[in-house]
Amino acid sequence: MTYDFLRQFADSWGLLFLFVFFVGVVVLTLWPGRQQQFDEAAQIPLKKDDHHE
Amino acid sequence: MKSGFLTLVIAALAVLALGAVARSSDPLLVQQAVLVGAVLVLALVFAVRGTAKEMSNDTLAKSGWQGVAKKNTPLWVNEKYSDTVVRYGVVATAFWGVVGLLVGVVVALQLAWPQFNIEPWLNFGRLRPLHTSAVIFAFGGNALIMSSFYVVQRTTGARLFGGILPWFVFWGYQFFIVLAATGYILGITQGREYAEPEWYVDLWITIVWVAYLLVFLGTLFKRKEPHIYVANWFYLAFIVTVAMLHVVNNLAVPVSFVGIKSYSAFAGVQDALVQWWYGHNAVGFFLTAGFLGMMYYFVPKQANRPVYSYRLSIIHFWALIFLYIWAGPHHLHYTALPDWAQTLGMVFSIMLWMPSWGGMINGLMTLSGAWHKLRTDPILRMFVLSIAFYGMSTFEGPVMSIKSVNSLSHYTDWTIGHVHSGALGWVGMISFGVIYFLTPRLWNRSRLYSMRLVNWHLWLATIGIVIYAAVMWVAGITQGLMWREYDPQGFLVNSFIDTVSALHPEYVMRMVGGLLYLLGGLLMAFNVFMTIRGGAWDQQEDGGSTQQTDASAAPVAGAGAGNAAIA
Repeated sequence: MTYDFLRQFADSWGLLFLFVFFVGVVVLTLWPGRQQQFDEAAQIPLKKDDHHE
Repeated sequence: MKSGFLTLVIAALAVLALGAVARSSDPLLVQQAVLVGAVLVLALVFAVRGTAKEMSNDTLAKSGWQGVAKKNTPLWVNEKYSDTVVRYGVVATAFWGVVGLLVGVVVALQLAWPQFNIEPWLNFGRLRPLHTSAVIFAFGGNALIMSSFYVVQRTTGARLFGGILPWFVFWGYQFFIVLAATGYILGITQGREYAEPEWYVDLWITIVWVAYLLVFLGTLFKRKEPHIYVANWFYLAFIVTVAMLHVVNNLAVPVSFVGIKSYSAFAGVQDALVQWWYGHNAVGFFLTAGFLGMMYYFVPKQANRPVYSYRLSIIHFWALIFLYIWAGPHHLHYTALPDWAQTLGMVFSIMLWMPSWGGMINGLMTLSGAWHKLRTDPILRMFVLSIAFYGMSTFEGPVMSIKSVNSLSHYTDWTIGHVHSGALGWVGMISFGVIYFLTPRLWNRSRLYSMRLVNWHLWLATIGIVIYAAVMWVAGITQGLMWREYDPQGFLVNSFIDTVSALHPEYVMRMVGGLLYLLGGLLMAFNVFMTIRGGAWDQQEDGGSTQQTDASAAPVAGAGAGNAAIA
């Protein structure tokens, strides 16, 4: 585990991993057909004001 | 039981402090142990009194004297969620907020008139970290911890995990604040910005922070809601990343286990880079991601509308955390840091525009179709103002990270102005809004004591920020231009003291801006205190109409009554 190894790893596989991960997140998030799922998630805070029941 | 445990913990800490006094030959450590010991004795007195009260309540409840027991039952008995620790958090946030702002005004006063430096404990060099830590970690940290405890319970449908663990987090965090603050006054510091506390305080806060992570994760694990709402993602990113930053930046070797001094594991420019990797991500994850978590719960709640785009919230979450972590080197432009690293920091800072503005747009557009609520709801106005300041300071930041701009702005008061438009505008305003949102709900009041005071707070704070930021721009650019002014022979025109005396009027104005902001904070503390006591001051035809129609609001407590009716 030298500096050079870490540096080369970060510049190659590390970079690739982060890039692919991010692209994956964007694709999954924008995937058509997930709108309803997200609409439901957005309602979570508004469901009920469960304060003192 | 809870207080009993607390008493034990405090007593153990007091013994530790005594032990440190006995063993150490380090005069600073002895002084701090004495100071902290005094604070602990005070805490012990309160904890013992709390235990006695709790026990008498238990006895009453068991004895079957329903009438008496009911009257004496604290309002937190039989609650669906653990909210008492959140209540303590609200009070602690308001308290430390006022303290931090007050110290800020004092240091501004010292900059304008150096005669106010009181040697050795209360000079600028020692009060400045006290101010920054008090507002960021004491005020901001308490706001984050208490709001995350509130939000994670509401959005998962589960009670806080860990029994007394949340209490350990709360009191452990307050103890960290006292340790750090007393250390600064005595002159104990690592000299790392926003990471001034020495090694033993760093170890303590690490333990507390791991407990915090456990409480948060544990609550997420036992959630009843299948989806983890996006606010929790931001809170979790804040907790995890701050843990990583804190541990790496504070890697150090103590000189002695009964002494205060330690040496960093890094040296030279690596040390500086680690420090600013930490420092900038303290901004990115403590002051941004955590507070965005707040935004994603409380703004939809107060506006009574779902967040504008849930998709945008996810994309800007990942973009934000992927980019922020690389922006630190912009604090080291034109230093010994390699040029490529400086440029990398600059490029990532500029890219940060996108996720930052994604968050701003998402927050502001949550109000689309509900903008009329701004006319009547000062709390919503506070949220909107806060998001607007978030947008402005995340626009200014990338501009300042550009190397050619930075050559003018670096080391000048422009930076101070930038920090304060973010801290006072974004962090401060959203926390005030959350405090105003939570206080009536947590203490079972139908409304705040006074909506007019909220409005006063809003305007005092806004005018204060505008004065502060505007005069610091003028001061910073004046300073930057004076530092680089050459005469025809190539000599520098101004000495350093010339720039200092040139800035005197701006320094006085800055103090005035801070004073207005502090006044607003005092109004808030008063309003919170009176709301907890119960009762109302002003008519609430306009102000808190949203508050009034809140379905959950309990019956109005009698004016001045200490105990609210429990449905």
